Amino acid sequence: MVRIGVVLFPGSNRDIDAVNALRVAGAEPVVLWHESADLQGVDGIVLPGGFAYGDYLRAGVIARFSPVMRAVAAFADGGGHVLGICNGFQVLTEARLLPGALLRNRSLRFVSREIAIMAERLDSPFTRAIDARRPLRMPVAHGEGCYYADPETLDTLEAGGGVLFRYVHLDGTVAGGEEDRANPNGSLRAIAGVTNAAGNVAGLMPHPETAVETVLGTDDGLGIVRSLVDSAAERANGGRPVVVTIGAR
Amino acid sequence: MSTATAFRYAVNVTPKEGILDPQGRAVEGSLPHLGVTGVSAIRVGRRVELTVDAPTEAAARTTVERLASELLSNPLIETFTIELLGEIAAATSPAGDGVPA
Repeated sequence: MVRIGVVLFPGSNRDIDAVNALRVAGAEPVVLWHESADLQGVDGIVLPGGFAYGDYLRAGVIARFSPVMRAVAAFADGGGHVLGICNGFQVLTEARLLPGALLRNRSLRFVSREIAIMAERLDSPFTRAIDARRPLRMPVAHGEGCYYADPETLDTLEAGGGVLFRYVHLDGTVAGGEEDRANPNGSLRAIAGVTNAAGNVAGLMPHPETAVETVLGTDDGLGIVRSLVDSAAERANGGRPVVVTIGAR
Repeated sequence: MSTATAFRYAVNVTPKEGILDPQGRAVEGSLPHLGVTGVSAIRVGRRVELTVDAPTEAAARTTVERLASELLSNPLIETFTIELLGEIAAATSPAGDGVPA
């Protein structure tokens, strides 16, 4: 069974949700402690949500210098798949593994509610298992989720397929700026998630890992978690496709 | 006084020009409640004070510059200035209280 690491920082609080989502998606979760640089041979990595190291100084920055993050950076350099969710996304931008930065929500409010995002493309390692380009409902819960990069970086991202997810209305139209409730934090160009140039590292502010079972209101996030699991399984299998059985526990 | 062996600095971090600063905007929004007019361009940043043990000010400053650019600020969105607050003589007690000698 494909093994996916979930990094546990002091202050992580969505790690259990990530562990559950990975199980639902057919993977074996492996919790990785922040003080250890030993990734225990995992095939992929999730950086979960929370407030790593209290989010002191700037969200994600102190986590960046932890032993586990040096190992994660090396894993990513080697082509391994890494998905950062919420605080995990902030950690990846601070570590420069992903472009841009996440600023204080333009409203200055912590936003915790359901939103919708849409994948820009379904051919990436993090979106391949999503059934269609349609609005995916899932929660956001963050105070610093306003995606920012300078215009040149944004243009380069767009041209290279680096924008993975955008906030959308339920009819699929892209959200507007900060005045539009569908864009919960005022992210530039309504960007909710991005990937790196190599395509093996991705981050998003919303929480697909808490939207994997209909009993929780929506399972629209499962496609994202499954995509990571499938991609990591395939890579571990030398690039040959692997059939991952959903919900195998 | 004996030779200084430690230097006290302040690193002032502010949002880069052009980066929206919602905190600054919120502070500005409160000004009418105070009856204050003619104040604009408020930017809210952060100030970090630190003591560096080093034989010379130049050596200490190199350390502060590295910390300021790698840890204390994010160069994508913030700029910083470094301010020397004072020198701490060898004879002073450990720099816990950070009072410049």
